[in-house]
Amino acid sequence: MSADDKIMIQIRDLKKEYRLGQIGYGTLQKDLQSWWAKRRGKVDPNSKLGQEERIEGDTLRALNGVDLTVYRGECLGIIGGNGAGKSTLLKLISRVASPSGGTIDLYGRVTSMLEVGTGFNGEMTGRENIYLNGTILGMSKSEIDAKMEEIINFSEVEEFIDTPVKRYSSGMYVKLGFSVASHLDSEIVIMDEVLAVGDIAFQQKCINKMRQSAREENRTVLYVSHNMSTVRELCDRCIVLAEGKNIYDGDTEEAIAYYTRYLQSRNETVTDYLSKNRRAINLTDQIRIADIKVLHDVIPMGGMLRFDMKFNAKRNMDNIMVRLIVCNGPGEIVGMAYSDPVHMNEGDNWFAFSFPVGNLASGEYVCDIAISEYDGNVDVRHDFLSKVMAFSIREERTYFGRSWSVRRWGNVVFDTIKAEEIRHEQD
Amino acid sequence: MSRTEDNYHVHIDGKENPLQLNLKEVWRYRDLIVLFTKRTLTLTYKQTILGPAWLVLTPFLTSVVYAVVFKGIAGINTNGIPGLLFYLCSNGLWTLFASSLKRNSATFVVNARVFAKVYFPRLTISISTMLNALIEFLIVFAMIVIILIYYLLAGEVEPAWKLLWLLPFVVLIAGAMGLGLGVLVSSLTTKYRDLRMLVDFGVMLWMFATPVVYPLSQLEGSGILYKVMLWNPMTAPMELFRKIMLGQGYIDPISVISTLVFTAAALLAGILIFNRVERTFIDTV
Repeated sequence: MSADDKIMIQIRDLKKEYRLGQIGYGTLQKDLQSWWAKRRGKVDPNSKLGQEERIEGDTLRALNGVDLTVYRGECLGIIGGNGAGKSTLLKLISRVASPSGGTIDLYGRVTSMLEVGTGFNGEMTGRENIYLNGTILGMSKSEIDAKMEEIINFSEVEEFIDTPVKRYSSGMYVKLGFSVASHLDSEIVIMDEVLAVGDIAFQQKCINKMRQSAREENRTVLYVSHNMSTVRELCDRCIVLAEGKNIYDGDTEEAIAYYTRYLQSRNETVTDYLSKNRRAINLTDQIRIADIKVLHDVIPMGGMLRFDMKFNAKRNMDNIMVRLIVCNGPGEIVGMAYSDPVHMNEGDNWFAFSFPVGNLASGEYVCDIAISEYDGNVDVRHDFLSKVMAFSIREERTYFGRSWSVRRWGNVVFDTIKAEEIRHEQD
Repeated sequence: MSRTEDNYHVHIDGKENPLQLNLKEVWRYRDLIVLFTKRTLTLTYKQTILGPAWLVLTPFLTSVVYAVVFKGIAGINTNGIPGLLFYLCSNGLWTLFASSLKRNSATFVVNARVFAKVYFPRLTISISTMLNALIEFLIVFAMIVIILIYYLLAGEVEPAWKLLWLLPFVVLIAGAMGLGLGVLVSSLTTKYRDLRMLVDFGVMLWMFATPVVYPLSQLEGSGILYKVMLWNPMTAPMELFRKIMLGQGYIDPISVISTLVFTAAALLAGILIFNRVERTFIDTV
């Protein structure tokens, strides 16, 4: 990797607290009360005290002691669930918000792309907006002049550059915004899922641009995304945030696996499948999954995933099928498998299932389970549980001297392509 | 790329920082100030028929109305200065101060969306707002000069030529005082929105408490009211401005000191509090 040992970002014990409930309409009286109490060294009468948890009284600890060191030329991915503190962390680093505790040291200029095209004004032309957006992001006018051609070329909106941006499509808007931000001369770049918009080709172009600037110009990139494939593609190192803490720091692939296992371990606490919350809509109440037992959750490639399920049916039913929607660690759907149709009796039923995992590559997986009934005409969904059954596939063999790379090759190992020499009859 | 990155070292501390002015950083973003100023200038009059003509038309018509109402109907004595000219000067300088104050007081609320997404010294917006008020003033000033020349040739007014060098300072102080108070109010409005309502009303009241529609000399001999008026920090700029332009005005040392101290205090307090709020406002707005 191109990263060297020059520290660009040093974060120590970073904390960020938010006051819950109504804020901003604080009354003057309460503020004076708090201030007066503080003056006399007494406890603020308006602060509630609670246990040492993430929520204390009416404060939420969005970040609860994060330590992080990022070096020059590194592409660091930040993953974690909603509300884990990812965006808060980026906001603090980009100085939009200030921390409640701890320190951040930044050794370079920061470009934050928490949103693309911030400060764009619809009445102004693309060119005028490049100047405005560029200076907002910290460039000087002469720097922008020098890069103008490059920015316009990258944005792919040359023909419309002198048209007011209010006439732009949302895609053009994003392209222009990204190209301004990515052409800054800053040492640190912060991106919060800005790539989620724009077409695939442009997304790829952006990722390449960011990788290139990390490799060749030694810039440091921080990238937050829920899209694990872009994280894989862009980042060499990854941290996993959960409940305001940095719970893993290391290689991207391992971080994603760790994150997947973390999500599963949280799900496993729910063993009462009957009362589990069904988020899906249009479900009947005729059958409910009552229990799931996976016999071995680590299986070899090409092996068999065996699991038992208990169903609770309200009446006798035919043609009931179990469908497994297999997702990879990041939650992307890999494929679907369905069971033989079975007959259910009223009351509790136990069934044993064997699922040949076939060509699934080694890695962590988690399944959504759907119970449906198909009689040849209508497909009725009776029950659906999301991310309930996890398993992993391990394999000993290597491919061309290395283990299977999900990032490069995906989740399916197809059968070997048969090759046969074509012999031309020489006459 | 062996740039001296450490030049850009930024230390962010969760503990409450000592109050800082951060003016160095504002200077680094000077191009942004210019662009913001240009943007406001071009955008304000887009899709209007008269365009920038409004810049001259509004103060002109206001002054005509003032002249008719206050001088004509109410019979205020302008010490021999033609009504139109008197009110053009008064109104022009007051508008500089008032719009610098009023527009700045909305900074945080108006720009909340941009502030939530990207960092730049927020003071750049405030300064560019003041510059816009200044530019508008200069355009009005040009109109005043033209009308003044007409009356000058007619021999009806005589500017105080010796004080001419003070003119830029008077103008700057009026703008800076508006800026200081404006950023102060804008910092407080992030928490107490009521202030927004109070600003328009307060500025109007303040106008009547300042010798704008009447000269200070009108109050001479009224004792307490006159003395109070001297402490009003806008009194000195107003009287001084008319003294320079029209040769009529009364300058009291108390007024001048009050103006200087107040402007400095408002600017300092305004910027300090503004910088503090700048760091936390995104969580409270």
